[in-house]
Amino acid sequence: MLIIGERISILAKKMRDAMLSRDPKPIQDRAVAQVEKGADMLDVSIGPADDGGEALMDWVVKTVQEVAHVPLCIDTTNPKAMEAGLKAHNSTFGRPMINSTDGSEERMNTMLPLAARYNADIIALTLSGSGIPATAEDRCGIASEIMSKALEFGLPLENIYLDPLILAINCMQDQAKEGIKAIKLFQEINDPPMKTSVGLSNISNGCPKELREIINRTYLSLLIYEGLTAAIADPTDKALMDVVKTTEMLMGKRLYAHSFLDL
Amino acid sequence: MPFVVPKENYTGRIYTVEIGTGEKAVKVGGANTLPYLGFEGEIPNPPAIAIEIQDIPAKDWPETLKKPFDGVTDDPAAWARFCEKELGVGIIALRLISTHPDYGDRKPEEAAKTVEAVLGAVSVPLIILGSEHVEKDTQVLKVVSEAAKGRNCIIGKAQEENYKTIAASAMANNHKIIAMSQLDVNLAKQMNILLMQMGFDKERILTDPMSSALGYGLEYTYSVMERIRLAAIVQNDPAMQPPLVSDIGRNVWKAKETIASESDIPEWGSVEERGITFEAVTAISMIMAGSDLLIMRHPKAIEIVKKTINELMER
Repeated sequence: MLIIGERISILAKKMRDAMLSRDPKPIQDRAVAQVEKGADMLDVSIGPADDGGEALMDWVVKTVQEVAHVPLCIDTTNPKAMEAGLKAHNSTFGRPMINSTDGSEERMNTMLPLAARYNADIIALTLSGSGIPATAEDRCGIASEIMSKALEFGLPLENIYLDPLILAINCMQDQAKEGIKAIKLFQEINDPPMKTSVGLSNISNGCPKELREIINRTYLSLLIYEGLTAAIADPTDKALMDVVKTTEMLMGKRLYAHSFLDL
Repeated sequence: MPFVVPKENYTGRIYTVEIGTGEKAVKVGGANTLPYLGFEGEIPNPPAIAIEIQDIPAKDWPETLKKPFDGVTDDPAAWARFCEKELGVGIIALRLISTHPDYGDRKPEEAAKTVEAVLGAVSVPLIILGSEHVEKDTQVLKVVSEAAKGRNCIIGKAQEENYKTIAASAMANNHKIIAMSQLDVNLAKQMNILLMQMGFDKERILTDPMSSALGYGLEYTYSVMERIRLAAIVQNDPAMQPPLVSDIGRNVWKAKETIASESDIPEWGSVEERGITFEAVTAISMIMAGSDLLIMRHPKAIEIVKKTINELMER
């Protein structure tokens, strides 16, 4: 199970201030803390970044990898900033990941060629220009379109992480189980199975703070059961990481020992 | 269309553990593929074989096993020298059986003298084994570990009940350690984690999941080893990546099949050939399950196993 640390995001005030003032310390502290707690990759999100996005992404990527020797998940809707991030990325730690494309022509035509050119992995959100699909089956339809487009651009299917787009439980409760089902169905589209990923904390968006962790953890356990490959989540939530280990252990993917959580 | 061999990609690798010093040092482990699936990864070091000697004459060994060591077993140093020089064995395993309360209860200091004498007589790596008496081993292995300082030995065996002192002295004197558990994959992992948690470098551990002889529970050992190796290679579990040790000689040479005389059971054929074959077959089963280091007794059985390993490594 690949855990992509979510805590370097321009949406967090502390990170935004650090990014805008080019103050490396708060960002690097968060990067190190997440890797120490078991993050395999780190998401670096600068949002749309219409103004000066390239310079900002270049700086963030280098700043993070200076202290965190892991590959990064480069998160922006600005294609130029995306390319700047891919160029700045030190791939001796592993290949970078693009966050993200979806099923719209415009995004596919910009992000998929970038993934192919820089040999990057890419998260593919299964939503199209016309909105969010209602069922897992509809999501599979969009997934197939993205996959055939990727092949046109010469991007191997193993570089793609299909993301069902997790929706908030408090406004669309039925969608939680569609998300679980999509993870199962995505793997059946191709042989070898397609990789999958989710933005986990979306599930509890808008819920009271005291409910968010338990909802996130339990949902992750269900997704892992269906074979989820990667999750953008908070690795500093120890209980969440313990849920990952325990679910993997119960699924026989990790060997039990009395101290298995300590490892 | 030509046939393409389907290949698995593994993420895990067994740690490489080097024992001994100088030219005669031996490396064990290091593979990043399942046993003998060389086309899916690399197996840099073939399984190593150590020959077992004791600190007292091998009175209770069967005649067929005593014969190859005729005249040398009274003196452990001479015995060790004979194994290195005459038999050309690459690793010696000295079992300090006389320290056991039921086999002489020798003091740790006496055992240390034996270890020093053996180390003085050979240049190949040495495995120093206690008597597997939990309390006594704690005292003995601590002292012999100091006596062997600088020779990069393997000290064994640490068990859940006594690992702390044994590991601490092995660590202080720069030795490797054998972590033994009772034929249970989860306990084997736990034992390694416990050692790692006390600061013992995981790349200095060897795992003994507890061996058995053909016909006497070998299939249990085999399954446990298989599962350990799958966790190490396929699931990339760092606590399961130490090399595996199979201490088989003493189990094999207690089995009825290796001891029963030709007059008692004539239909079983030559007792000597039978014993050698029994040890060789047990050993070969263990290397199939992933063993990186065998501790064996009969020189002829060792020869057969070496030949088999060479043939397997050529493929």
